[in-house]
Amino acid sequence: MTVTRIPAGYVPLTDAAPLIAAQEMGFAAEEKLTLELHRAPSWSALRDMLAFGQVDAAQMLAPVPVAAALGLGGASAPLSVLSVLSVNGTVIGVSSGLARRLTDAGHGFSFDDAISAGKALITAAGPELRIGVPFPFSMHAELLTYWLKGLGPDTPRHIGIRTVPPPLMAEAIRSGEFDAFCVGEPWGSMAVEQGAGALLLPGQAIWSCAPEKVLAVRSAWADTEPGLSGRLIRALWRAGRWLADPASRGLAAEILSARRYLDLPAEIIERALSGKFTVTPQGLQREAPGFIGFHDGAAGFPWRSQAQWIALQLARRNGLDRQKALDTAGSVFRSDLYRAALRGTGAELPGASSKLEGAADAPLLAAGESEPVSLLRNRFFDGRVFDPLAAD
Amino acid sequence: MLWRMPDALSIVVVETNRERAYMIVDGLREAGEFDIQVISEPSGLARQIQMRDPDVVLIDIANPSRDVLEELTLASGPKDRPVAIFADRSEDGLSAAAVEAGVSAYVVDGLQPARLKPVLDAAIARFRLFQRMRTELAEAKRALEERKVIDRAKGMVMKARGIGEDEAYALLRKAAMDQNKRVAEVAQALVTAAGLLA
Repeated sequence: MTVTRIPAGYVPLTDAAPLIAAQEMGFAAEEKLTLELHRAPSWSALRDMLAFGQVDAAQMLAPVPVAAALGLGGASAPLSVLSVLSVNGTVIGVSSGLARRLTDAGHGFSFDDAISAGKALITAAGPELRIGVPFPFSMHAELLTYWLKGLGPDTPRHIGIRTVPPPLMAEAIRSGEFDAFCVGEPWGSMAVEQGAGALLLPGQAIWSCAPEKVLAVRSAWADTEPGLSGRLIRALWRAGRWLADPASRGLAAEILSARRYLDLPAEIIERALSGKFTVTPQGLQREAPGFIGFHDGAAGFPWRSQAQWIALQLARRNGLDRQKALDTAGSVFRSDLYRAALRGTGAELPGASSKLEGAADAPLLAAGESEPVSLLRNRFFDGRVFDPLAAD
Repeated sequence: MLWRMPDALSIVVVETNRERAYMIVDGLREAGEFDIQVISEPSGLARQIQMRDPDVVLIDIANPSRDVLEELTLASGPKDRPVAIFADRSEDGLSAAAVEAGVSAYVVDGLQPARLKPVLDAAIARFRLFQRMRTELAEAKRALEERKVIDRAKGMVMKARGIGEDEAYALLRKAAMDQNKRVAEVAQALVTAAGLLA
């Protein structure tokens, strides 16, 4: 077998690690692949690069391929999700002014309780809350909306969730354009480092098991290149396994910090990998164990129920037919291709392709294709359960 | 109050680089009668665009603020609902060319593709021209750097061997040919090695 080059795109974030590690640590080479990595300046640019064939694979916000299937947003070729690249890995933060008001009101920035942090935020914010997110179709936007709506009747009258490119987030907060933000690391830590704001919560406090970035390809490519997509899935699964090993963190942070990748200090990148955060410019330390998941608990498995949860939120907010959205979304996450690629490699493959989202208070053992599979704790902050077969 | 041609397309160009913004504006002026404005400050971009209410927004694909425009495409009112040009599948060739050239365009829904084509053609041509100029500049810089390194290596060989300039260059060229490398690479290796030994 000769080496095949696959042009692949990513956005410079800590969770671009699987693609970068697959190439740099030789997991792609093991599958006779060379990933020709293209750094994209924005999510819409990366989606277009993928749609128009400048790249054949891309790190993508989990909701983007689902939104494309539902006909939302700028046009795109139909996209398919081959695997989940990372689970969680975002932070919610507030401006320095809002952080001061929260502290004055007695909030301790415990960095783990979405209910108390949310109520404190609403009280401190006043009548209007302007929040910056990286993209309209993102888990950032979905989790924020789910969280603030779920907090009950005290929600501020005006919640404005608007797009800000992550590298400009700190400046947008400092200039007073926004009161709060939700962003992928290392941009939350960069905002703290630049004295612009403080971190309030890790994304996992809202949903402990949210699919964050996925490996997306054009659906036509997935159909015509089953061999290549299988090799790609295996390379990224091995990269995820390597990244999940605590011994890899230092090296992974060093590689990501290189000029051609993130071009940011390794120490700041490593915070997300280790889950050890500096949450205020004054240096308050907080831990978020398992802040970002690359492997454990079958993290890479593209559950159809994850796509359907996203589809339901999108349908609700955009006034689409919910049942139709649920039906369309399931097939965007290609659990069939994932299974076919990893069968016989020792990877944990669950027996079902859909699960109750939010129904596991602790890690649990589920039926697998051959062996039982351990799954991550899967819980929403409000304790609700999403059943794709009984959703409305 | 800005006087608008009754039927001229209004175009906003989002570009922080002044020189490039001028080039694009010039290119558009040559292509037709348009009402053109430039936004050079990325903060509050969505607000600035909504205020000017253009028919078309042109932005460099490499500009991270492009995601802000993406959000504008989701605005709710039917009139102020710009959609990405890439939405029009019949213009696929044009869209791919635009992506290739590094330009993104957003147009108000309902605009005839025929009216947009000269705008995009002109923008694409200018974006390509700018890319080419940038590449040429980089090439010229590299050539200059290489010349400097070769001169330094030549000087070192002349001193070490007590030979003349032409002879020193011939030695470098022969070493390059033997190693199947460029003269500049051999010169660079020599200069680097000398730096280590110094």
